[in-house]
Amino acid sequence: MKIEDLEKKFQDRIDAGEKIEPKDWMPEKYRKTHIRQISQHAHSEIVGMLPEGNWVTRTPTLRRKVGLLAKVQDEAGHGLYLYSAAETLGISRDEMFRQLHTGKAKYSSIFNYPTMTWADIGTIGWLVDGAAIINQVMLTRTSFGPYARAMVRICKEESFHQRQGFEMILTLCNGTAIQKEMAQDALNRWWWPSLMMFGPRDEESPNTEQSVKWKIKRKTNDELRQQFIDITVEQAKVAGLTIPDPDLKWNEERGHHDFGAIDWSEFWRVVKGNGPLNKERLKARNDAWDNGEWVRDAAMAHSEKQAQKEELKKAV
Amino acid sequence: MSNQEFPIWEVFIRSKNGLEHRHVGSLHATDATMAMENARDVYTRREEGVSIWVVESKNITASNPENQGELFEPAKDKAYRHPTFYELPIELKHM
Amino acid sequence: MKDKLYEYLLMLGDNSMILGHRLSELCGHGPSLETDIALTNISLDLFGQVRSYFQYAAELKGEATEDSIAFLRFDRDYRNVILVEQPNTDFAHVIGRQFLFDAFHLPLLEQLMKSNDEMIAAIAAKSIKESRYHLRFSSSWVKRLGDGTEESHNRMQEAINHLYPLVSELFRETETEKGMKELGIGADLELIKESFDEKVKTILSEATLEIPAVPSRQTNGKTGIHTEQMGFILAELQYMQRAYPNMQW
Repeated sequence: MKIEDLEKKFQDRIDAGEKIEPKDWMPEKYRKTHIRQISQHAHSEIVGMLPEGNWVTRTPTLRRKVGLLAKVQDEAGHGLYLYSAAETLGISRDEMFRQLHTGKAKYSSIFNYPTMTWADIGTIGWLVDGAAIINQVMLTRTSFGPYARAMVRICKEESFHQRQGFEMILTLCNGTAIQKEMAQDALNRWWWPSLMMFGPRDEESPNTEQSVKWKIKRKTNDELRQQFIDITVEQAKVAGLTIPDPDLKWNEERGHHDFGAIDWSEFWRVVKGNGPLNKERLKARNDAWDNGEWVRDAAMAHSEKQAQKEELKKAV
Repeated sequence: MSNQEFPIWEVFIRSKNGLEHRHVGSLHATDATMAMENARDVYTRREEGVSIWVVESKNITASNPENQGELFEPAKDKAYRHPTFYELPIELKHM
Repeated sequence: MKDKLYEYLLMLGDNSMILGHRLSELCGHGPSLETDIALTNISLDLFGQVRSYFQYAAELKGEATEDSIAFLRFDRDYRNVILVEQPNTDFAHVIGRQFLFDAFHLPLLEQLMKSNDEMIAAIAAKSIKESRYHLRFSSSWVKRLGDGTEESHNRMQEAINHLYPLVSELFRETETEKGMKELGIGADLELIKESFDEKVKTILSEATLEIPAVPSRQTNGKTGIHTEQMGFILAELQYMQRAYPNMQW
């Protein structure tokens, strides 16, 4: 079969709602795009552990301690599921780590912002996980089987993350003036970066069309962003917090909220590695990996020794 | 020695007695002992299972999708393997 | 008697809390994703135990909560052994500390399951399954590191050399422990020691490691005399409750 025919047949399968499995024929670009997107997604989970992990030793209560620890741990699990999905496409986890550690691979820029107060932890759960869920629910129906299955598992597990975050925020807002101020301050800092999580505007997002064809995307960046804003505005009202955007208002005609201009220069600055904590986050990942090298080597050596012992036993 | 990658293992979990083990995902481990520990820690954090199987991925032989036609399509027109192929009088409610 | 029981609960809870705290510091920094997840599981198990012990302690004491007990004591009032406050120097120290504690903790819980105090017996019955898994996990890593590469062997032996002198404190009976033992509430440390020694001997030998001949150290964490480490641990642990007192979180 000619390559064009294969590609046509491949696209027909996706259009018919069929899933693509790792051993199926796929266009090289499909493979590459998926390796890139899934590994970026995995990296975001792993790097995402760091800003919240900062606070596990400083949680104000024991109940918050176990909730936060479990959540950050889930992110390690989600990274693991996603790396596994990418591995089915013929790239190893170690290679993906190398790409992350050398700065070649990207991860969600939101994790380059600092967690300065306890309210940041609640806000991340509320906004960042809230934004992630919108994206991830869409991805449970993506065309690549292992990715879709990983997303189903992740969505199931993540359902508590956003609730946990919002509960933290509500507690602050129902607390003392200092606490409420802490919550408002966190919202002020995280609001705009959260909106940027959906990626550049549609007209500046050249891959969108292809992604929609492959069902990696079912909605565009701007559609998802709008959906997030509409939902979150209501939640902020419940908490009694003010979204830091003077231009934010309900547009009856559109049936959506209008909102102010996003500072895209900041977005690109952080993506290109010059956000507040890009270097620190990468260093933390590199350190964990480098410090773990002798441990991983030991485990390999030990299991080889054990296997040799088994062989000897059999030989006798 | 250094930079050697851990092999990949596939994890299967029986969610409760009476059900079959189902594939739930993969992980990395140096050997079966570690694979079992890791599977427990990674895949049963929410009471997902009562029994775990782990098998090193390289030990799985998978059918080739290119042979899909010859492997699976011949079964398509064997309607006589299914109960609905056989006609029974309507009065007969159970069989 | 009530005061002694309260203090005994602090001993049990503080060991789990400070060790759980140390493990939680590693969340996101483990040598592999799988071990990261595993260590956090242990930390979560330990904090679960802490909550059970402290909720019970709070009930006994009155006008206290699990959180006031966890976060609002002065350093001298914490009753954990020195072993558990040792830092995460490297993964060998993490595993060594965990193994030595688990080898003590499991036989302790076996006895506490038969405690005359129903609450303690119930908490122990729940915790013992967790502890059994912790010991399995830490033992297998002691063996991997001890009988792995030359570097890992040396690091593991060094960790054991550093940590082993601290275990004597686990078995040095305090007044509180003696009182609890006599009432059939607490454990008999001598019996635990037999099981502990046996386990440590077996695992270290399988791991090609040696039990160091270094003298034991006279540490007294159980009566509130801690190391320099403790101040740093409490600075983080108590930060929110101290900086923002009397608030709900």
